[in-house]
Formats: sequence, C-alpha cells, structure tokens
Amino acid sequence: MPNLSIDFCGIKSPNPFWLASAPPTNTGDQVKRAFDEGWGGAVFKTLAASPITNVSSRFAAVNLGSQRIMGFNNIELISDRPLELNLRELSDIKKQFPKNVLIASLMFESKEQWQDIMRRVQDGGVDGVELNFGCPHGMCERGMGSAVGQEPALLSKITRWVREVSTIPIIVKLTPNVSDILEPAHAAVAGGAHAVSLINTIKSIMGVDLERMVPIPVVSDASTNGGYCGPAVKPIALHMIAQIARDPQIPIPISGMGGISTWQDAAEFMALGSTTLQVCTAVMKDGFRIIRELTQGLEGFLASKNMDSVSQLVGQAVSAYKDWGDLDMNHHVIARIDESKCIGCQLCYISCYDGSHQCIDIHDPKINASRIPWVKEDECVGCNLCALVCPVPDCISMVEQRHAPERKSWNNS
Amino acid sequence: MSVLEKQISDHKPLYGQQAALDEANRCLYCYDAPCITACPTGIDVPLFIRQIAHRDIKGAAQTIWNSNPLGYSCARVCPVEVLCVGSCVYNHAGEEPIQIGKLQRFATENAMTTLSAKQVFHKRENTHPKRVALIGGGPASLTAAVLLAAQGHKATIFEKTSSLGGLNALGIAPYKLQFDDAQKEIDWLLGIGINVKTNINISSLKPLLDEYDAVFIGIGLGPDTRLLRGQGIWGATHLIESIKTDPTLELRRIKHACVIGGGNTAIDVAHELALLGLKHVTVLYRKDLSLMSGYEHERLNAQQDGVQFRGHCELVGVRRTQGQLSEIILSDDSVVPCQLLVSAIGQSHDDDTLKRESEHPRVWKAGDFSNGGKEVVNAVQEAKLIVQHMLESWSNTCPI
Repeated sequence: MPNLSIDFCGIKSPNPFWLASAPPTNTGDQVKRAFDEGWGGAVFKTLAASPITNVSSRFAAVNLGSQRIMGFNNIELISDRPLELNLRELSDIKKQFPKNVLIASLMFESKEQWQDIMRRVQDGGVDGVELNFGCPHGMCERGMGSAVGQEPALLSKITRWVREVSTIPIIVKLTPNVSDILEPAHAAVAGGAHAVSLINTIKSIMGVDLERMVPIPVVSDASTNGGYCGPAVKPIALHMIAQIARDPQIPIPISGMGGISTWQDAAEFMALGSTTLQVCTAVMKDGFRIIRELTQGLEGFLASKNMDSVSQLVGQAVSAYKDWGDLDMNHHVIARIDESKCIGCQLCYISCYDGSHQCIDIHDPKINASRIPWVKEDECVGCNLCALVCPVPDCISMVEQRHAPERKSWNNS
Repeated sequence: MSVLEKQISDHKPLYGQQAALDEANRCLYCYDAPCITACPTGIDVPLFIRQIAHRDIKGAAQTIWNSNPLGYSCARVCPVEVLCVGSCVYNHAGEEPIQIGKLQRFATENAMTTLSAKQVFHKRENTHPKRVALIGGGPASLTAAVLLAAQGHKATIFEKTSSLGGLNALGIAPYKLQFDDAQKEIDWLLGIGINVKTNINISSLKPLLDEYDAVFIGIGLGPDTRLLRGQGIWGATHLIESIKTDPTLELRRIKHACVIGGGNTAIDVAHELALLGLKHVTVLYRKDLSLMSGYEHERLNAQQDGVQFRGHCELVGVRRTQGQLSEIILSDDSVVPCQLLVSAIGQSHDDDTLKRESEHPRVWKAGDFSNGGKEVVNAVQEAKLIVQHMLESWSNTCPI
C-alpha cells in the first residue's frame, strides 16, 4: 500500500488532504469529527480580533444540467465566534489529535495585533499559521483580506512582522483576484513565508433573481459580490499553482486548492506542484465522508504507477508546462472517427462546421442514409473540438501525424 | 446442440462505460442511505457508485466484495426491485431509481478480469490453519470457504453433483444469470485456494468430524415437493436445471404448459417457458392471485411476456392420450389442455440425518438448509456471520 504521509515545511501530515479555512472548519467539533473520519489536517476558520457578524443568506450555486454545484459562491466572512473560544478549541484539538495537522488562519491589522496573536497560537500548539490575504468580500472593503493580497508591498510587510516572532511555519494564502499571481507570490517569499497556499475564492456574482431584479444570493433587497469556488474554478487554480511551481525564484512548497472533489483532481494538483491539498466545497456538498474515496483512489493511482510514496507525485508535470512560444509546432494530430462506435448524432459535424474549421462532412440523406460523418484528414487542424463534443467514449481519437520529425517552435524557428 | 437457456437473452445487459458513468453520476450519494440498509449484506452502495463515477472501478468492486464475496452474481440475481433499488430515495421523487444491480455488475464483472480473489480478500498466511469441511457447493458454502481461506484456513467443499454453484448455478432464471457465467464467478473465487471434491454425497457427518476441525453445512433444500409423477410432469427446480444444463431437453412439441404454485420459482419457470416460445403457459394458484408469495414485479414481467395467471384453482387429476400427458382437470371441473405440468409448490427438506447431526458444537450451518429457503444474498450474509462466529470460537481456544 503506497504511503500517503507527507512532509510540508517540516510539518508531518498523515495524508495530503487538509480541510480549507471555511465553514467546515468553523468549530472544534467539526474538525475533530473530520479527523476521526480520516482527514490529514485542517486550516481553522480565520481568527480575528473580534468576531464578525454574518448576513443571511450567504451561499449560491451554479448547476450544470442535472449536476448540482458545479460552481459555488459565498458572502460569508471570517469567524463569527469569540477569539478566546476559538483559541481554546485549537488547543483542545491538538491535544486530542496530536498526529493530525492543525493550522490557524489569521487576519489582523496592526503589527502588535499580528505578533500578539502569533505568540498566542504558537503557545496553543498549532502546527503552523496561514495568513489570510485573500477574503474577496467584506473584509477587503476595510483594507484586509484580498486588499492585502493585491498589494505586494503590504503583503511582504505583514509577513515579515509575523516572521519576526514565529517559531512555526508561515503559509501565505494568495488571492487569485490579481493580474499576475507571481507578484504576490514573490512578495510572500520576500517577506519570509515558508509556503504559499492558493487559490482563495474568485470575485463573482452568481446570477440574477429575475423576479426581484436582484443579484443572488439575495439579502433583503440587495446583494453583493462573493467568492467563487467549486469544480468550476479548478482550471484557474491549476494555472496559478503551476506558474508558481515552475518559477525558480519561488522555492517554497505549495498547498493547493480550488475545486478538488475527486482523487484525480488531487493527483492533478500534486502533479502541477501542490504538496498538500485543501478541500472545502466538496465537503460542504457531501460531508467529511468523501475522504475515504479520496485517499483510496489516490492510493490506487500511486500503486498503479508503482510509486511508493505520494511525495513522488509532487511536481511531476511541472516541467511540461511551457510558454506557448516553446510548443512544438511540428506536432500534429488528426481526428479519427471509429465507425463501429459512432451512433450518428452528428454533433462533431455541426460543431466543426459552425465553430471550428469545417473539416468534417456528412452524407446527403437523399443519397446515402448513413449518419456516420467523416473527417477530411488533409484539412483537419487537430483542434480536439469533435473529440470533446462526441458523447461516445473512445469514438473519436486524435491520432498523431507530425508535420516533420524535428521540433520547431515560435521562439525557435 | 446447445442448452435451452442460451435461447433466452439477458434482461439486464451489462452497462457500457458511458452508460455506467451516467447512471453513477445520477446517484445522490445519500447520507445513511436506505439502499445500504436494504441490502442483506450491507454493501456500501453509495460509496461504490461514487467510485464508479470517479472512474475507480477496482475500488468500487473492492467495496462491494468487502461486504459480499458473491457481489457479481448477487448483482444479477437479487430481487433488487424489492431490496436496494426499491428503497432508493428517487422512488419518492417520482423518478427512476438508480439501477444499483446493473452498476454492481459493471464494477465486479470488469474488476474480476484484473484483480484476483487472493488480492481482493487479502489472503493471509496462517501458522495454525484449521481444516474445515463444507458440505454443499452453493452460495453459503462458497462464501464461507472464501472467507475461511482468506484467513489462511484450509477449506474443502464436498459437492454431490459434478459442478459447484447450487441453485445459484442451476436454479436461476436464464434471463438473470446463465450457468456459464455463474461458473466464471466460482472459478474466480476458487482462485483464493479452496479444495473441491465433486460427485461425493455426504450422508453422515461423523467421519468428517474425525478428520476436520469443523464442518459447515450448506446443502440447501431438498428436491421438489411432488403432487403427482409420470410422463410430462416435472418438478420446477428439476426443469429449470434441465433448461440450463441438458442439451437433449426437447420442449418444441409442447403447446400448453401449466405451472402449479404461487411463489417465485413458479413465476420463474413459467416465464422461462414463455420465453422459450411455448404458446400457452399458465400459472395455476389455489388461492386468490393477490395472495401469491412471488414478487409483484416478477409476476408483471412474466405477464408481459405472455404468461397467464389463474387463481382459485387446484389440480384434481390428469388425462393422458397414448401415454402422453394431454389434459389436466381442475377443481372447478374445467379441463385444460396441457402437455407439460410443472410442480412448483416448494422443496422438501429430507435430510434428517444431517439435521440431527448438525446439533454439534463443531458443526455450523447457513443458507437455505437453515433458513428454510430465501435469496442468494441471505445465504451469503448468514455464511459471513457464521464464519465470524467460527473465527471467534477458535480464537477463544487457548492452545495448551
């Protein structure tokens, strides 16, 4: 059985799956139940000097057909519980679960506040801290959360304050609501962060209640932008993580999150550079119990690849993430339709005809009753669209047919 | 010449990959799901379905086999309509329930080609293996043998016929599971390391108790209870077995068949005869049809394929023409043409010797022999529990 334990900045985690700082980690009771079910670690809901008050309602979702919660958004804020209660619970969790990882998430203002809370959580026994520079609504309107994440100089400064008094690892949580994630990432390194975690949620408005003409979620007669998450944001997260992973000037580990629901998601996040994974939306949808198939599925994958330890997976795909200009332009694929599997829906035809390069043809029904389209191979540009729209597994394959044996790129031609 | 059951097609064919994914994605993954409670072996249904949805077929199959070593055949033969599928919450939403049996078959049928029974059941070495004799080669004994072998014990199955499977191989309606497919599962299970002795009839346990540490009885029920005998008159289980295994069985000249009984065996055999092309097949039940013990969904399926059902009639006599069965006489004085009369009124339980000898501390039993006749899945669950008791009783014994 492959080993799922992992070392993150010197913190030993029984497996790479952590709960992200969010409603599932609001209380000590929830975190303990999660640890009982098998989660490796948890980042507690963000502590602040005084608890905030949340609004009602708080969440909204985008469904895709009959698939529920493809995307999720929240206008909830950080912890609404007294600081003393939270600190007691943190300490309590570590006493009962010494082998699981507990990270305290922090959002404070002045240097004194930051350094004071740092000393207090360290005394309480947590394994590390996560600095919340990412909350994209509410707190940022008061200069905290993503307002910090969008100001590299401020991010560095606060990180340095915390580093001055830290005896445990500092993780800086990055907001994706920036035009270049490398800026705040470099700022985190400059400030002395031991690791970065990303992505926090993306600024979003989920839709409009067309009866009341108010965006959703509706609070009385108005709404506001919230943080988008869930499976829909995974590609955005993967990009930003990969950018950081391949940057030689960011040598610190990454805790990756953003729509992780299945063991494949987890493996993909690790392959692009995440050492640990944080999960929120999938837990809010299905409960802590999903940890079973996450760990079992990941173990099965590692076993199938003959990897003894999950740490062997970290970063395996990073070197293959290149700039567009370095891609091999002599690589070419052509779509091939398997006539024995084709069911005659003709979706490949219309998507190519209207939406791509008009390389697929169908028979005139007055002349030939066959509904199987065919690819005009010398015109096919190998874009993949037909393979993506085809509903039958393995019916359309993209077959390699290089233009020339040597490599040629935009940057090197 | 081929056995007749090959003419009957599979009523729940194997899912293709996309169909399985689509159905698995429809499952809501309920908390404390009713389908788990409905399954006599307690398979974690939502978990294995979620694993299929996440393309972890081996994981899904492992989840199934963790609770039910005969997960493949149960997927095909269980009355899911009254068990897991019947309990699916979608039934309350006016939507189609999840096809749990078909998904279970998809996972196990695919995984059997890549995983071995030794891997799946985590066979371990045992420094002090017990020797266990299991009588009867049906689902109860097979389950017990697999679970004992997994713990490194030496299991030997004694089967009186030439092949294993019991009613799971010889008594299942062909549109659910055919003899060959039942054997494939058995061969896969035997890979864990089980001794098999076929064509041996055990009439007394005494010699076995001398040679083995424990004896397990999984012999099921006895032969069909018979009202009458003679040409054209069959016991139901005997006829079903012949349809599945006898290539010389000839039914083409039969125009009218009558089945006496009201349980699932009566409905099954009548249904098979209709599917084999017999023009008139009638089930005759002595009480009101609403009191039949057979499953409602099976009765409706049989009716859709042409089987007629008549209540309030009992058989009082038969008539023959030139030695061949030609008519039967019913209690309402009606005379019905009939060239094939099937008796499906239950099975006897004739082995009194074994019954008496089974009251011995080293003798264990499960399945139809001890429960009076239920489903395959019940035999599996009982065998699981009995093996647990056996293992516990051995661990309480201190070696001196």
